[in-house]
Amino acid sequence: MDELKQVFLQESGEQLDALESLLLELEAHPDDETTLNGIFRAAHTIKGAAGMVEAAAVESFAHVVENVLDRLRNHEIAVTTELAALMLACTDHLRVLIASEAGTAQLGAADIEAQTTSLLARLRAFGPGGQVQAQSHAAKAEEPGVQRIPSPQTGHNCWHISVRFGPDVLRQGMDPENFLRFLETVGNIRHVETLADRMPPVAEMDPELCYLGFEIALESAADKQTIEDVFAFVRDECQLSILPPHAKVDDYVELIESLPEDTLRLGEILVRIGALTADELNEGLRAQATPAEGEAPTNEAHDKPIGEILVAQQVVQPEVVAAAVAKQTQVSEKKAQDAKLIRVPADKLDHLINLVGELVIAGAATSLLAHKRSDGELIESSSLLTRLVEEIRDASLQLRTVQIGETFNRFHRLVRDACKDLGKDVELVISGGETELDKSIVEKIGDPLMHLVRNSLDHGIEAPAVREAAGKSPRGTLLLNAYHDAGNIVIEVADDGAGLNRDKILAKAIERGLVEPDAHLSDREIYDLIFAPGLSTAEQVTNLSGRGVGMDVVRRNLQALRGTINVSSQAGQGTRLTLRLPLTLAIIDGFLVVSANRSYVIPLDAVVECIERPESEHDRNYFNLRGQVLPSVCLRESFELPGERPARESVVVVQYAGQRAGIVVDRLAGELQAVIKPLGAIFRHLQGIGGSTILGSGEVALILDISALIKISGQAEQRLLARPEQRSA
Amino acid sequence: MGVIRRAFAEDFTIYRVAELKTGLLDLLGEAERIELDLSGVERMDSAGCQLLMLVKREASAAGKTLAIVAHSPAVQSLIEFYNLAAWFGDPLVVPAA
Repeated sequence: MDELKQVFLQESGEQLDALESLLLELEAHPDDETTLNGIFRAAHTIKGAAGMVEAAAVESFAHVVENVLDRLRNHEIAVTTELAALMLACTDHLRVLIASEAGTAQLGAADIEAQTTSLLARLRAFGPGGQVQAQSHAAKAEEPGVQRIPSPQTGHNCWHISVRFGPDVLRQGMDPENFLRFLETVGNIRHVETLADRMPPVAEMDPELCYLGFEIALESAADKQTIEDVFAFVRDECQLSILPPHAKVDDYVELIESLPEDTLRLGEILVRIGALTADELNEGLRAQATPAEGEAPTNEAHDKPIGEILVAQQVVQPEVVAAAVAKQTQVSEKKAQDAKLIRVPADKLDHLINLVGELVIAGAATSLLAHKRSDGELIESSSLLTRLVEEIRDASLQLRTVQIGETFNRFHRLVRDACKDLGKDVELVISGGETELDKSIVEKIGDPLMHLVRNSLDHGIEAPAVREAAGKSPRGTLLLNAYHDAGNIVIEVADDGAGLNRDKILAKAIERGLVEPDAHLSDREIYDLIFAPGLSTAEQVTNLSGRGVGMDVVRRNLQALRGTINVSSQAGQGTRLTLRLPLTLAIIDGFLVVSANRSYVIPLDAVVECIERPESEHDRNYFNLRGQVLPSVCLRESFELPGERPARESVVVVQYAGQRAGIVVDRLAGELQAVIKPLGAIFRHLQGIGGSTILGSGEVALILDISALIKISGQAEQRLLARPEQRSA
Repeated sequence: MGVIRRAFAEDFTIYRVAELKTGLLDLLGEAERIELDLSGVERMDSAGCQLLMLVKREASAAGKTLAIVAHSPAVQSLIEFYNLAAWFGDPLVVPAA
């Protein structure tokens, strides 16, 4: 039962997410039937699942919500802002109820109780919840005439449920009996036939596997979804067909076709169950076999194959054909199941990634050996191996990647609620939601992004009146965008608000003693001050932001992910925050360079080109790249490496976040895949080193942190500029 | 050969079916008519019921008779719920009120 509950907790969480986003959608498009139905279905599934795990509080609350949704769906009440807000509150409350079911609720039982009562009272305002109507008849009426001429309906007034449980349900602790007993709560079981025809011969029969199937006649006013939901927990494990009351004979024939058991035997069972009379069955089989005259050609084409099979079944060896049909059904079903998603525990994936990491190192060692021995065949086979390892690496990293869209979509609710609180009108525009990045990064990026979005809503975008006065549309726009760029993922949070107030930030920074009053700062430097601890320019502190904590935390969080954040702003036009993050934390393509016989790895994505360092530019910290002057960092100097400079040095031109710089090294040693091993806590303050990796030879190489190196070179330059006398020295 | 009667007191549940299967199938080899006394069976689940169906099927296939001569409430309830009483063909005792 615990396992069931786990599944319930997880799935209801997903359903609630779906419910929430659909509700937000409904607010935007109140007339969209699909959305309405989706909402109803989500609420209904939660209710059904709650019933299965006997979470009574969740079930009864969900029931009331569902009733109101049902009225909404039947156009008895209209979608209003008030109702949408109430429904969102109910969604939140369901979350609390489910959390309390899991024992992780933040609120006390009494608070939850009070909340329930108040929400129920508000729900009552939308009328007494109408009972869930049976949908079957309406649905059937809409169905275009699939079978117009001989359309004999059965006189059977029961739902017909045909279920074959999968072999593993017993082992998973799900006893078919429980589902059938639960079915009794939905309606009255008029007749059950238990089938064990699938049970193999004694020797192969494993008593712990389930071979049972049931044909059930159920008298019920519930709709198909309700009945289907009874089997929700074994939905993937069983073959389930549900025929509505008064189903067409043809539907039964089709059902017989799809089931693994012998056709004749099934026919008999259906007759016994009262679903069909013997005449109806024969009639149905015959009607299929010889399409009535005047039938539309399309129908004929559709019906003919079944008809032919049926002719064969009636005339020639029915068992053989039925067996063939059964096999086909099984095969096609298996394929359909294979195409579905599977859940994999994250730690298994992590383990896989670790192994792949080791594989990369081992592969590099092999190829190194091959090259050392100059063995042509070995080199060839190891290069093939390397290629395959690379593919495995990419594929397994892909497994961990998720689309960022889900993270983005969570902000719809935040923006909506914040707008209500702040009296603003903001449209959230999302693009690049399909951009993929590592799951571990996605998890850690959520909070910083939330800070940024809140900041934009609170400080950035002005109130509608202010916007109108400034000649802008009263409705503000908040843009979330993501894209890949040079082995990084770039996430942008942009608004069309007032932009950063340069003078105010500067004044505040001076007031807080962050900068000297007489300091000369560029716009960029001033904007960067918003990341300083304890700086907020909001005139009043709201519950959204303005407390001056946030931006510094955001920057720190991003740095922990080896990411950076940049801000650009134009007064009156808006602010754009650009976050850059590595795609993955585990493995990078690297470029190996050597200085003073020590190996360093430069992330390959950052490398633009490699040139020889001209003799004339020795002893300078800049160099000339085809007329462009770029700062350069000499690894020997930066890391104070011992030994003499070689006669020829190389410059690796790197680019990061639009800035270029040169890194001066002794020699270049080629590409490699580097499995990043993070540096221990002792080395945290080391600047310019991002991590370490183990080379194929077993040697340790340090991975250069390009962004830090570029910054260092910039600072060194500025220091020199500040004291020009040192330059000549 | 002849008639053999065996009483079971353990649960006919998924936890026991593997060993029960061996035991029950061994019984089939021992006599022409096998009578099962299930009056001591406190619990039976679908796996247990399915096992009984297997044994019944095998007995019929071998031309032997398998009869459940006494049902505990649990056994009777499940067999009735699954509508298998007629299939097993054993007289079910209506419990005294």
